[in-house]
Order: sequence, then C-alpha cells, then structure tokens
Amino acid sequence: MTLDKLSIGKYGRIIAVRGNGRLRHRLLDMGLTPKVIIHMQRKAPMGDPISIYLRGYELTLRLEDASMVEIEEINL
Amino acid sequence: MIIALAGNQNSGKTTLFNQLTGSNQRVGNFPGVTVDVKEGIYRADKSIKIVDLPGIYSLSPYSSEEILTRDFLIKEHPDGIINIIDGTSLERGLYLSMQLLLLNIPMVIAINMMDEVYSNGIVINTDTLSEFLKVPIIPISANKNEGITDLMQAVINLVSNRCTPPKQDFCAGAVHRTLHATAHILEDHAQRANIPASFAAVKIIEGDEPIMKDLALGKNEKDMIEHGIVEMENELSLDRMAAIADMRYQYIEDLCKKAVLRPKIDKHHAKTIKVDNLLTHKIFGIPIFLGIMMLIFWLTFAVIGSYLSDLLSGAIDNLAVLTSAGLKAYGINPVVESLVIDGVFAGVGSVLSFVPTIIVLFFLLSLLEDSGYMARVAFIMDKLLRKIGLSGKSIVPMLIGFGCTVPAIMSTRTLTSDRDKKMTIFLTPFMSCSAKLPIYAVFTMAFFENYRALVMIGMYLIGIVLAIIAALISKKLVFKGNPIPFIMELPNYRLPTFKNTMLLLWEKTKDFITRAFTIIFIASIIIWFLNKFDIRFNVVQDSKDSILALIGSIIAPIFIPLGFGNWMASTALITGFMAKEAVVSTFAVLLSTGMDNMSGPLANLFTSISAFSFLLFTLLYTPCVATVAAVKRELGTKSMFVVILLQTGLAYIVALVFYQLAMLIG
Repeated sequence: MTLDKLSIGKYGRIIAVRGNGRLRHRLLDMGLTPKVIIHMQRKAPMGDPISIYLRGYELTLRLEDASMVEIEEINL
Repeated sequence: MIIALAGNQNSGKTTLFNQLTGSNQRVGNFPGVTVDVKEGIYRADKSIKIVDLPGIYSLSPYSSEEILTRDFLIKEHPDGIINIIDGTSLERGLYLSMQLLLLNIPMVIAINMMDEVYSNGIVINTDTLSEFLKVPIIPISANKNEGITDLMQAVINLVSNRCTPPKQDFCAGAVHRTLHATAHILEDHAQRANIPASFAAVKIIEGDEPIMKDLALGKNEKDMIEHGIVEMENELSLDRMAAIADMRYQYIEDLCKKAVLRPKIDKHHAKTIKVDNLLTHKIFGIPIFLGIMMLIFWLTFAVIGSYLSDLLSGAIDNLAVLTSAGLKAYGINPVVESLVIDGVFAGVGSVLSFVPTIIVLFFLLSLLEDSGYMARVAFIMDKLLRKIGLSGKSIVPMLIGFGCTVPAIMSTRTLTSDRDKKMTIFLTPFMSCSAKLPIYAVFTMAFFENYRALVMIGMYLIGIVLAIIAALISKKLVFKGNPIPFIMELPNYRLPTFKNTMLLLWEKTKDFITRAFTIIFIASIIIWFLNKFDIRFNVVQDSKDSILALIGSIIAPIFIPLGFGNWMASTALITGFMAKEAVVSTFAVLLSTGMDNMSGPLANLFTSISAFSFLLFTLLYTPCVATVAAVKRELGTKSMFVVILLQTGLAYIVALVFYQLAMLIG
C-alpha cells in the first residue's frame, strides 16, 4: 500500500520511495528511507495534507506526494 | 575569525545566535553569495564574527537557502562551523552533519535543547558520538544560555589548531567503493574548483547539477563515473539518490543505537499532539486561526497599541507646544521656529507616535512564529492556498507582510521553488504593512469617524481579496505549472524565549525610530523647505505659492479622475514611496499640524469619497523603497520594475473605478 492510504493512528514501515527529482530527494533527506517506521498522526481540516511522526519528529506532506511512498502496515 | 552557524530549521539556531552576539547584529554582505546573511560579533571576543546561515535539512541544490549555505561554506571559507542539532530529533540533524563534515572546515556539533532531552527522558552519550564522528560534541541549552561558553571554547581551540574533521568512511560495500572511485577520478577537477573531493564525489553521485558544472568534467571522466554509479545501483538494487540517503541514515541509526537511549513515549510530542487536537481540529482549526488573527488586529488597533500611541502622540504634541513657546520666548527667527515645529516635530512626531502600535503588531506576529503555530497555519491552510496556485508555506511570508514587507520577502527563501517564491513575493505587498496603518488611522479618523473599524478592516480585506484574484489570474496566465511539494516539519510547540522576543522587538523599534530620524526627518525638512519658500526663495504667506505646490500641481492632474487631484495628495504619495508612514508625516508638515488635529485641515482637501479613493490608492500603489530593494535582491531588476508598475497601475485602476462609480451613484 502507499502512505496516503494509511489510517490515522496506524503504523507503517517504508518499503520504497518512488517518484523522481526534487520531491524524492526531499522525502529522502527528511528521513523517509526504507525500513523506517512511521506513525500516521492526523489529516488537515480539509482532508489534505497529512502529518506523520518519524525519527522523533512530526512531518507534514500532501496526499499526492505521500502516494509516492510505498509502505507496509505494521502493528506495534 | 569567522564562524558559521549551520543547522536545521527549528533547531534553535537563531536563539544561539542571539546568545552569542546579543544585539551586536547586522546584515552582512559577502561577495561569494548573492543574498545577505546575518552576522554578529561574539560578545566575549570581539575578534570573532558569527554568521547565521539559513535553516536547512540537507546540502542538496533544491532551495535557494541550501544553495546559499553551500556557496557560503565552499566559497567564503569560514574558519569554523558550529553545527547545531535539536537533541530531540538527533537523527535528522546528524543527516546534515554528515554532509557538513565533508567540507574540510573545522567543525563542532552543538546538541541543543538538552533541557528538553533530559525532561523527555532521552539519554545522549556525547562521548560515543564524538568518538565516531571525530569532532567535539557539546551539549547546550541555547534558551537557558547553558553550555555556550564550552561550545565557543571548543570552536576556538579547533580553529586555532586548524583541526579539520579527519577523513573517514561512513559506509562500506558498494557505496564505499563507488565513492572512492569517483573521488579519485574527479580529484584534480575538485582541487581546481576548490571543492573538497569527497564532498564533490557524494554530490556527483546524488546527481547534483551545479557541482557537476563547477567541476567541468570531461566526457571520458563523466562516463567512467556514470559507469561506476550504475554498477553500484545494480548491486544494491537501489537508485543513486536512495543509496546515498540510505547510507547516511544507516550510519546514523547504527550510531544512535550505540549512543542514544530513547524512551518509548515522546512526552513533549504527546503534549504537542494535545494542543494540535484543538488547533488543527477538523472543524475548529480554521475558525480558530481566523479568530487568532482577529484577536491580533483587535489587540493592536483597539486595545494596547492605539492606547500607547495616543499617549505618545499626546506627549509629543505637548513637547511641541513647550518647544514652540520656548523658542518664541527666546525670540528666535520665526522661520527657524517653523522649521522645528512645522517641519521636524510635525513630520517626525507623526511617525514616532505610531511606533507602539507597530511594535505590538510585531510582538504578536513573532509569538505566532516562535511558538511553532505558524507551521500549523501552513498545515491547515495548504489546501486552500493550493486552489490559488500556492502552497501552505506561502502563508508565513504573507502573515509577516502585515508587519513589514521587507522581512516577509526575505522569508520567501524558505520556499523551494522559484515559481512559488516569485508568486509569493508578488502577492505579499497586497497585505497591508504596518507602516500603512498611520495612513488608515488618520484618514478614518477624519472621514469615517463612525465606521473607523469597518473601514480599517475593509482595507485589509480588500488587499487580501485582490491578492486572491491576482493569484487566480496569474496562475492561469503567468505562473503555470504545479506548486512545489509541500513537505515541512511541524516542530513541537515551544514557549518563545523572553530574550529572543525582546531582541526582535528591540531591533524593530530601533529600525522604526532610526527611520523616523533619518528618512522621515530629512524628508520632513525638504518638504517643509519646499512648502515654505517660493521659487525666488521668499517665505510664502500661503503655501499655494510654494515651490512644492508648483511641483505638485504638475503631477496632480493625473489624480483628478481619482478624486484627489490636489498637489498635497500627490506630494504625500511621492514621499510615501520613501516610506509609507511618510504619507502621514507629509500631510502633517503641509498642513502644519500635529497628529491629533489633522482631521479638520484634511477635510478641506478630500471628500469622504475621494478620501476612500485615496486610501485604496495607498493600499495598492508601489511598495516603499526598502521593499523594492528587497524584491530586487531576491528576483532581480526586471521583476522589481514589474512589481512597481503592476502595483501602481492596479492602484490607479481600482481607485479610478471606485471613484467614478461612486460619483455616478452619487
């Protein structure tokens, strides 16, 4: 599945970051690298963007960009 | 000795900078970078200069701030780097450190927010970190001024012994081999371009275009490097970008396993979640934001700010009366008395009395920014802003624009695409800056006594609505293409530190007062002079015969269709280009009156319809010189003229349409 499909409060593990160029580089720089565990926090009032928790901090990104991140849902 | 401060956004970099330099700060100019960076003198040793670089997460070439930092570090050769890291999100901070370490510059890592690290139950073994990274690691709490002296001592030691970070491998296997091979191939080129070879090698593998250009590699060398990279990609079944990022984070994760103990629960984040449950609430989030903005304007205009401003303007008027009486008793030449009272006191005083209001507005806006709420505003407003072709990040410059357009334009550097940056810079002048506030205040007092608040809010709203329309039009015509990805850290909520806030307020106060006594002072004297004498330098009885009236009446006809074709209004608009508050000071000088009794004389110049038309024009016409200069710095000369002409043209059209319609309806 992709990150944009993860429900609020659920955990996921990153498998790969797709896409290219600047967007992808940014995602990787911000720590969305393979095997990292992320925790879905919330959606903005209008449903987009979303916010996730990883590596000890909270990050916001749009659904469209989150759909580039392939994950597997896990239970912690 | 020049020490550069580098670190993530929200890592407490500015707090540290303020602790190190106090109020000894200015905007510095460095030939190697095209934009200005902040610099200051270290308080305990005046021979040390500290440079505050923009907050960044990586040294990739994707935003102007990252490029600025790179250029500064590579081309200006600072003597040392202080890399500041937020101890509560160590991994992400170290990701930048690993790139900075390759630059061959003496470097110390300061782990900041140690107070929060302790209270969150995190244990960081700095000795282990230092052992692996081979640079000094100093724990600090910048907001509590703890560890700062140790930090500076470490930097000074390192720099005096010229201790650059020793070369070391952060990786093994395929990435390691490719890095070495690449560094070997480009070594000569790197030396010629004056870029450390290992840094150049990593960047080339990441696909960094600017570095590629700087190195000027031959075709043969490019092919060899490319071949090596493809081999690495195949071996790891990861592409180059992911391979490098993964290599860095892999190293950091291993290191943190050895050096950091993290409790399961992140207490500070848990608190932030609770606050966010309210502030970014599905239903209440946006109304709360609007409520906060209204509260800010209400406090500024109706409660604290205006109360303090009234007090101050009363005091200035009293002082003027006293001075006038004193000068007259002394028997001074009446022309000199007029210069002091009608020129300096009227002009400078009219601006000075607004300083408290402006400071209150800046104070409240700075609370939004420093507490971390501004990032939430970007989060909740992103979807709406996307509809007009922008991203949530653009809301920050626009909100700052209500204070002053100059820092607002400078803050657009955080926007990672030129398209968004340009569009935001073009739209920010639509947000009424605080220097326009005196104009609104004086005019609403004179013409809309019963609807003061309504007209004031109206001005702000008209600006916003026109900005939205302008955005929608330019999205279709000029700024095609997609907005940038919106990827942003939501920092934990923090109480703004007293010292930071005070320093900011002091800077703004100083700025406005300096301007009152320089630009406004000189402008007031010039206006007074041109208004007092005729072309034969005789003192005029009626200012209708003055030099200024002559000049003004040449321009004035242009504004007849807008309803304010009198020479005083045109003069005020011209001086308003120097600084917006000069519009009011000019009227004060021309009508030789203080702030408190300007209403009567103004009513002779305007009707309430032409006054509103004048307000519309001042809301929209060309931003002041300082803003125009900031636009030039960020976007170049062409864009600067586009901003001036567009804004003035739009102002003319809007005021014209309003005035003509209003006259038709009667």
